[in-house]
Amino acid sequence: MLTLHCPNCGVHADETDLHAEGEAHLKRFASGSSDDDFHDYMFQRQNPKGVHFERWKHVYGCGKYFLAARCTATLEVFGTYSAQTHEPPQAIKDAITAKRPGWSWGDFS
Amino acid sequence: MSNAVSTLNGKVASGEVTIREGGLRGMITFRGDLSNAKLKSVCKTLTGFGVPEMGKATSNGDKGVAWMSPDELLILVPHAQTNDAIAAIEKAMKGQHHLAKNVSDARTHLTVQGSFAREVIAKLAPADLHPDHFQIGDFRRTRLGQVAAAFWMTDAETFEVICFRSVGEYAFDLLAASAKAGPVGRF
Amino acid sequence: MSTRLANAGRLVNKNKAVSFTFNGKNLRGFEGDTLASALLANDQMMVGRSFKYHRPRGVVASGAEEPNGLVNLGKDNTFEPNQRITTTELFDGLTATSQNHWPSLEFDVGVINTYFSRFMPAGFYYKMFIHPRPFWKHIYEPMIRQAAGLGKAPKDRDTDTYEHFNASFDVMVVGGGIAGLAAAHSAGQSGARVMLVEQTADWGGRAVVDMPSIDGKTAQDWVADTVQALENMPNVTIRLRTQGSGVYDHGYVLAYERLTDHAPENDGPRHRLWRIRAKQIVTATGAIERPLSFAGNDIPGVVLAAAVRDYAINFGVSVGDRTVVVTNNDDAYRTAITLKKAGLDIPAIIDARTSAEGDLIDEAKALGIRVEFGKGIAKVKGGKRVTGVAICNQAGEGAVIEEISCDCVAMSGGWSPVVHLWSHCGGKLIWDADQAMFRPDPEKPPLGADGAGFVVTAGVANGHLFTAEVIADGFAAGRSAAKAAGFKAKAAQAPMGEDAHEGPLAPVWLMPQGASHALRSKAWLDFQNDVKVSDVQLAAQEGYESVEHAKRYTTIGMATDQGKLSNINGLATLAKSLNAEIPNVGTTTFRPPYTPISMSVIAGVAKNELFQPIRKTPMSDWHTANGADYEPVGQWRRPYAYVRSGETVHDAVNREVVNTREKLGLLDASTLGKLVVKGPDAGKFLDMMYTNMMSNLAVGKCRYGLMCSENGFLSDDGVVARIDEDTWLCHTTTGGAERIHAWMEDWLQCEWWDWKVYVANVTEQWAQVAVVGPNARKVLEKLGGMDVSKETLPFMQWADGTLGGFDARVYRISFSGELSYEIAVPASQGRAFWDALLAAGEEFGAMPYGTEALHIMRAEKGFIMIGDETDGTVIPQDLNLQWAISKKKEDFLGKRAQERSHMADPNRWKLVGLETVDGSVIPDGAYAIAEGTNANGQRNTQGRVTSTYYSPTLKRGIAMGLVLHGPDRMGEVIEFNKVDGTTVQAKIVDQVFYDKDGEKQNV
Repeated sequence: MLTLHCPNCGVHADETDLHAEGEAHLKRFASGSSDDDFHDYMFQRQNPKGVHFERWKHVYGCGKYFLAARCTATLEVFGTYSAQTHEPPQAIKDAITAKRPGWSWGDFS
Repeated sequence: MSNAVSTLNGKVASGEVTIREGGLRGMITFRGDLSNAKLKSVCKTLTGFGVPEMGKATSNGDKGVAWMSPDELLILVPHAQTNDAIAAIEKAMKGQHHLAKNVSDARTHLTVQGSFAREVIAKLAPADLHPDHFQIGDFRRTRLGQVAAAFWMTDAETFEVICFRSVGEYAFDLLAASAKAGPVGRF
Repeated sequence: MSTRLANAGRLVNKNKAVSFTFNGKNLRGFEGDTLASALLANDQMMVGRSFKYHRPRGVVASGAEEPNGLVNLGKDNTFEPNQRITTTELFDGLTATSQNHWPSLEFDVGVINTYFSRFMPAGFYYKMFIHPRPFWKHIYEPMIRQAAGLGKAPKDRDTDTYEHFNASFDVMVVGGGIAGLAAAHSAGQSGARVMLVEQTADWGGRAVVDMPSIDGKTAQDWVADTVQALENMPNVTIRLRTQGSGVYDHGYVLAYERLTDHAPENDGPRHRLWRIRAKQIVTATGAIERPLSFAGNDIPGVVLAAAVRDYAINFGVSVGDRTVVVTNNDDAYRTAITLKKAGLDIPAIIDARTSAEGDLIDEAKALGIRVEFGKGIAKVKGGKRVTGVAICNQAGEGAVIEEISCDCVAMSGGWSPVVHLWSHCGGKLIWDADQAMFRPDPEKPPLGADGAGFVVTAGVANGHLFTAEVIADGFAAGRSAAKAAGFKAKAAQAPMGEDAHEGPLAPVWLMPQGASHALRSKAWLDFQNDVKVSDVQLAAQEGYESVEHAKRYTTIGMATDQGKLSNINGLATLAKSLNAEIPNVGTTTFRPPYTPISMSVIAGVAKNELFQPIRKTPMSDWHTANGADYEPVGQWRRPYAYVRSGETVHDAVNREVVNTREKLGLLDASTLGKLVVKGPDAGKFLDMMYTNMMSNLAVGKCRYGLMCSENGFLSDDGVVARIDEDTWLCHTTTGGAERIHAWMEDWLQCEWWDWKVYVANVTEQWAQVAVVGPNARKVLEKLGGMDVSKETLPFMQWADGTLGGFDARVYRISFSGELSYEIAVPASQGRAFWDALLAAGEEFGAMPYGTEALHIMRAEKGFIMIGDETDGTVIPQDLNLQWAISKKKEDFLGKRAQERSHMADPNRWKLVGLETVDGSVIPDGAYAIAEGTNANGQRNTQGRVTSTYYSPTLKRGIAMGLVLHGPDRMGEVIEFNKVDGTTVQAKIVDQVFYDKDGEKQNV
C-alpha cells in the first residue's frame, strides 16, 4: 500500500484514496506535429527500474492532481509536488541526487 | 419549497451511536481564488466564518464553511436561503473569475452521534481518526466504504458527514451497520 | 493413550466442563482447551487423513503451524472447512467433523493410494495426465476434481458480522511473547502510539510454558506485570486473538482479530480486519520447531517435542504414556523432564549428537532418564498410532540396534525463526550455520517510503534462543522502533532474563544420515501434502534445482500450512541433493497472510445490500413500486422497462415504445451527467474538449457535441447548453459523468493550468425527466407557468421558468425523434415533479418508459449510443459524424490522432442501417461474413452489428452496423452469422429508419 503526501491538501493519503495517472511531464504534440513526435507523445512511455516521475490524482480527497518522484524498485518516495510545472523543482531533484547519485530520467538529471 | 424532500427524509437508526439523515441543507460549491478579498468577505457575510485554513471547517447550526481544495469552498446555509446566497456571491464576485453552484440537492447530509462515533467512521474511512490527530475543526475528504465522502466534527461525539445524494442510502446503511456492530475499544 | 493429567493445565479451568462433538461423538473438554487439546484428552489422536495418500494423521504441533489438524467446524450458516484445531478454542456446543476421507476417518478407501505410492512420485500428476490429450478434459480432470480439495465449501450464507477498522500507529508490535511485550513496553514508554497483537488467547509465548526467570520473577509473573503496565498506558493498545497477518509497502499491516470464535454466543462482529498504517513494525513472532526426517515420522503419536510440553503444561494433557524423545538439541530435554516429573514414562532420549553437555541434560540424567547419544530413529512402528520405535546409529544406514515400545515420539530438529512478516515486504535473510536457521539480516530490512527500514525484528524471531538475549533484544527493538518513528526513549533498564545453560545443536536433515531409499520414502517432509525426502531428492535428480521449481513440482509447502514445518527441512534436503550450501539454495517467497484469514473478514461490511453502492435517483422508489425491471448502468440502476402484470419484459418494452410514439412517454433521465463549465476561457476550453465548436453557441441554445480521446476515438457525447456569457452546461452519458469531469479537470490542472475555467459536476443536483411524444407539449401547458410553444421554445433551445409551481429548466431536445422536452428540477423536488407529471399526463396517456424503449427509439432514428456504436476503437468519421467535427478549429483533443494514416483509411468499417430480408432480428454482436478464411482458418468478416432491435414502430428487425465501404453499398444484401451456424440476410440501408426528415421532433 503506497502512501503519498498530497501537496494540494496536506493529507498523507493512502493509495486507495488516490488514482495513478501515468507518466508525468509529457509534452503534448497537437495538430501539425510530425507522426514520430505524436507517436512518442501518445504511446512511448518510460518504464524505468528506479527513479520515476508520475502523475497522481487525490481522487477521493481534494480532487487535485500532483506529481510524485519515486523509485519503482524500492517504492521510496523522493517527494511530491505541484502538477502545474514543466519540470521537477530543484529540491526534488536534489533529494533524488542525495539518494540516487547519477540518476537521469528523460531530459532531467 | 413544500415539495422539497431530502434523500432519506430524515431517516434515523438509533443506538449507542445514532445515524440520522440531517434533512435538507443548503450547500454551495464556491470556487475561486481563496485569497481574494471579495471572496473572503462574502464567505464571512454568508456564514459568519472566514475562509478556513487547509483541511479545516467551521460550522454552527445550518451555517458553515469547509475547505474543499485550494480553489474550492463548501458554503453551508439554510436550504431555503441557498439561491439568495448564490445571488449574493454573484453580486460580490462580479468581474472576478469564480463559480458558485447550488449543490444542496446533490448531497446527502448525515450525522453520526454517540460514544464511539469516531470508531464508526474509522471502520469505513482510511484516515487517522485518533483524537490527537483528528479534532473538532478538522475536515477530511476521503472514502466511506466505497464512496467519496467528507466529514467533520461538531463535538466530541458528533460527526457530520456529507456524500453524494445517489449513494445517500448506501452511506446511511453502511454507517448504521458499523454502528450496530459495536465499539472497537480503540479510541 | 493420550489422556488428561490430574495436576496440570495452566490454561484450563477444570471446574468448567465444556461439551462438544467430533464426527458425531459427544465429548467433553474444559474451558480454556483448544479443540486439539480436548481431542487428545479424549484419546482422539487421529484427526484426519493426508491429501494424497490418505494416510492417518494426528496432531503434530500446538499452534498456528499445525499441518494435520484441519476440520469442518460448525454447521449450516456457521459451517467452515479447514479450521485448525490447534488454534480453535473450545466452546460449549462446538461441532467438528474430520476431512479428507471416505467413508470414515477410521476406514478410508483412499488409503489405497498409499500402496501405490511408489507409482505416485513427485511430479506424478504432471507426468501421468499429460497423455493422451483428450483424456484430460473428460477423464482425468473430473476424477482429480472429485478427489482434490480439503474440506467442503459451505452451502449456506454466513450470517455473522465482520468489519474492518482503520488505525494508525507509530509502532506496531507483532507477537505477545516476552520479546514483543518488552518491545511494546519500551516503545510505549517513549510516548509513541503503540499496538501489540498476539495471535493466541494467552500472553507470554513459550516463556510461560518453560518458565525462565525474568528480573527475579517467574516469567508468568513478569508477563502479568508487563501486561498490566501496558494496559495502564493510554498510548498503547494491546489485543489478544489478533494475528499480524501481513506486512505491506509503506508500513501497511493487516491484523486479523477473532472476537467471537471462542464464544459464539457473544454479540458483535466475529472477525475484525485491522488496516493499520504503522511508522515502524516490530516482528517478535517467535520460532517454529522443526520435525526430524525419519521413516514413519508421520504416524499419529509423533509430535513436536515442544508441543508435547505445551499440551502437558498448558492443558494438562499427556500425548502418550510412554514417550521417546528424539532430538538434535538440548531444548527437547525439557519435554522429557516435564513428562517425567508428571509421572509419565520416558524410555529414552535419542540424541543424534555424538555428545552434548548442559544443565538440561544433567537434569534429565539425574531424573534417571536413559540418554542415548549418536543414535537416531530408523523407523517408527505403528499404523493409526505409534506402537514403538526402532533405534539405529545416526551415522549409519538404519540397521536396527534395538526396538523400544512407546505410544508417543517427541521430536525436535531445532528451531526456525518466524521470518514471514519480516520477509513479506522484502526483508532479506541470512543463514546462521551455528544454529542451523535462517534469520533476518538486520542490514537488509524492508524499505519504507523514506528509503529506510521500517521493520525491526526481535527476540526468538531474530535468532535469539535464550531468555536473556530475547528480552534484551525485544526491549532494544521497541526503543529503536520508537526512535525511528520520531520518539525519544526514556532512560530505562532492560529486563534481565535467565535460563538453563544449553549446548549447541547439530543440524540433522535426515535420520539416519545414510537412510536407504525405503526409509527415505517413508520420511515425511510435508505432512499435509504428502511430500517425502525421496520426492525432493527425485525433483533435484530430474533437474528441478531452483527451490521455487522444486516446491511446485513436489508440492512441498503448498498446503494450507504453507510449509511452516516443511520448508526448511525441504530446502535442506534439496541443498544436500544438489551438493549445495543451504543459503545458496535460498528460500521460497513468504507471502501474506501468515495463516489463512476468513474470506468474510476481507469483505467486511461489504456484503448483501452493502456489497457495492447502488446509485439511486429521487424517483427510484417509484420505479421499484411500479414494476421496474432494472439494468445496471455503472453503479446506477435504471429501469429497463416497467413490467405490468401479465406482461413479459419484451411486451412491456414494445408497449412503452408505441405509447411514447403515439401519446406520451416519461423517462427518468436524472442519471445523465451535467457538468457546469464556467469562466472567461470556458469557450476556448470546450472547443478543445469537443470535436465541434462550442464557443460560438448562442446563449439559450443547445448543440449536440462529441468528445474524443487524445487517441482520436469517440469517448462521449451529449447536448451542450450555453447558459450565459461565460457558462456552459455539458450533458454527458450516464456512465460518463465522473469520467468526463475527471477528463476536464485533468486538462485544466495539468496542461492548460493558466486558463480561467472552473468545472463543477452538478449531475445529482437535478432530477431530470424527458417528456416525450405528440402530447408532450399538452401536459406541460396543463402544468402551466411558462411558454413552451414552438415559437418561444423551438427545437434545440432551453429556458428557465416554472412548471406547475416547480422551478424548472426546460431543454427542447430529443433522443427519440418525437416532440420532446427534458425538464430539470432540483433533486429534492424530483419525486414530487414526477408525480405531478404522471397526474397531469393521465388524460394524455402518460406512461413511463425505460432504457430499452429509449434505445429502440434512438435506433429507429439512427442515433448512435456510446458503448453500442463505440467500443474505444471507433472514430466519429466511422459513424458518418463528420458534420460534428469542426474544420475551422486548429486543434481539439483527438484531432491530431484522426490525421494519422490508418484513421483516414477508406477501408475502415462505416456505419449503416441494416434491414433483415425476412424481418427477423439480427443477433447481438453478429459479424457480417465475407469470402474465404483468414490465417487462423476463421471465416473472413466485412462488418459487425452494433445495435439490433425489434422495432415495434416498424414491426420488423432493425439494426445498425459497421460495414466495409458500407455507405457506398446501399441496397446490397450481406449475410450475418448466427450462433447456430446459419446466417441471416440483411440489406444495407440508411441508418435513419423513422421520420427521416425530422418532422415529428420539430413541431
